[in-house]
Amino acid sequence: MFIKQLSIFVENKPGKLSAVTRLLSDNDIDIRALSIADTKDFGILRLIVDKPDKACEALKNADCTVSMTNVIAIGTEDKPGGLTGIMDCLYASNISVEYMYAFITKKAGEAYVIIRVDNNDKALEALKESGFAVLTADEIYDM
Amino acid sequence: MENYWNKEIECMSREDMKKLQDERLVKQVKHVWDNVPYYRKKMEEKGVTPDDIKSTDDLHKLPFLTKSDLRDAYPYGLLAKPLADCVRIQSTSGTTGKRVVAFYTQHDIDLWEDCCARAIVAAGGTNEDVCQVCYGYGLFTGGPGLNGGSHKVGCLTLPMSSGNTERQIQFMRDLGSTILCCTPSYAAYIGETLHEMGFTPDDIKLKAGIFGAEPWTEEMRREIEKLLGIKAYDIYGLTETSGPGVSFECSEQTGMHINEDNFIAEIIDPDTGEVLPEGSKGELVFTSITKEAFPLLRYRTRDICVLTREKCSCGRTLVKMTKPMGRSDDMLIIRGVNVFPSQIETVLIEQGYTPNYQIEVDRVNNSDTLDINVEMSAEQFSDTVKGIQQKERELVNAIKTILGITPKVHLVSPKSIVRSEGKAVRVIDKRKLHD
Repeated sequence: MFIKQLSIFVENKPGKLSAVTRLLSDNDIDIRALSIADTKDFGILRLIVDKPDKACEALKNADCTVSMTNVIAIGTEDKPGGLTGIMDCLYASNISVEYMYAFITKKAGEAYVIIRVDNNDKALEALKESGFAVLTADEIYDM
Repeated sequence: MENYWNKEIECMSREDMKKLQDERLVKQVKHVWDNVPYYRKKMEEKGVTPDDIKSTDDLHKLPFLTKSDLRDAYPYGLLAKPLADCVRIQSTSGTTGKRVVAFYTQHDIDLWEDCCARAIVAAGGTNEDVCQVCYGYGLFTGGPGLNGGSHKVGCLTLPMSSGNTERQIQFMRDLGSTILCCTPSYAAYIGETLHEMGFTPDDIKLKAGIFGAEPWTEEMRREIEKLLGIKAYDIYGLTETSGPGVSFECSEQTGMHINEDNFIAEIIDPDTGEVLPEGSKGELVFTSITKEAFPLLRYRTRDICVLTREKCSCGRTLVKMTKPMGRSDDMLIIRGVNVFPSQIETVLIEQGYTPNYQIEVDRVNNSDTLDINVEMSAEQFSDTVKGIQQKERELVNAIKTILGITPKVHLVSPKSIVRSEGKAVRVIDKRKLHD
């Protein structure tokens, strides 16, 4: 039920980011979602793509520092309060969120949330029990 | 039970050793003055004559010799004996410029081999041993020095030279070698090959190794000791003063005893040339007091170390030097603290990083800054900012413990540090640009 997210270490230098995106396009990788965490010296580019294993291989071959992290994707209604329910559920189960990002989908009225938590299994269980739509890897990769 | 090759010298009282050094120094300075115009000129420029040197207390009055003097005087400028009296030439590898050639009379060779014999005996060697010498033979001093020392001790000597590692191991097994002499990196390689060939230390008879000619760490010592099932001893020397055997390690393995009957050691401040008190860290300077053909006075080794006369459990009274901690050429002074890139490198390796790093020193608002960029592997990469910052903090703390000053550490991508001719550029000192 987990989604493979690519995390790429990108130094804050001109051209570093475009080198990564160029590499992905050259390898015919489609980006589903993206977020970047930035600090003074570096950023961590987090990507959900259609072919994570292929993308990871290509990045490694190009000497990029890349790691694969399991994250959870949840579908929710695109309306006020859509995210609150998810957060309440995690909070009630004492699960910490390391980071998250969200995007609206091609389906009208629906949004997807990507979360990275301190305990994936526990989070998955809690979300399912509360009836949230946890998405499969294929649903995300092939959307 | 500690064995000595020359107990009288190795355990001589401090007073007697000083007396011996005083006599030999006075004689040596006169020998150099009379026979080496190059050094005589240096003395004259300083206004010093042999009459000013009455004992080792006057040593500081003499001018220094440096590697560049050796290059200027190449090849015969520092020779103090007629070539007819010389029997041997050895030479440095010449990797940092012009080769340095050193000359030996038969007497010089005898004394040099005697120093190596002391090292072999200190490592437990006797005439019952089989000593396999895998230092290179030829112009390099490693092979000839240990070979000669091994003969003197009476070991059955295997003059293998380096290379052909499987054959080294075959001889080691067939002939029951008990002592190995080579560079530490080659010893580690022999150890790895031994295991790759399906053998263990139980399949060989080695008990000790005498390793030198390149820097190595305590971690490497433990690794070699484990791989080969031996005790690994350090040996130090340089072609300019004779070769290996200037100093050697004893059973205590906490530094190398300097053969003070042949070499007077000083520690100086590399910037001012001032002699520093015992226990200070500084540049090692040697004066050869017995060499006939190539007697260097106050030769600056560029090696940074500490001398100690603390009592050694082996019974030797010879002064001990630490393993060289770096080269004075590489030394940086940051916020008044002496910093050697090798110290930082040691921390990085201990913490599981590659030795690919870059030190950037700058001056901001009249205060020195130290930034260290360290290449990170994919395994060390954590996908959260706090994970990476935690790793950086760990490195900052480890480096601060060693240097006493707090650096800024930046983890960077692998292979992102600029390399020139395949070697990473280690230090960028931007302060020089402002001065």
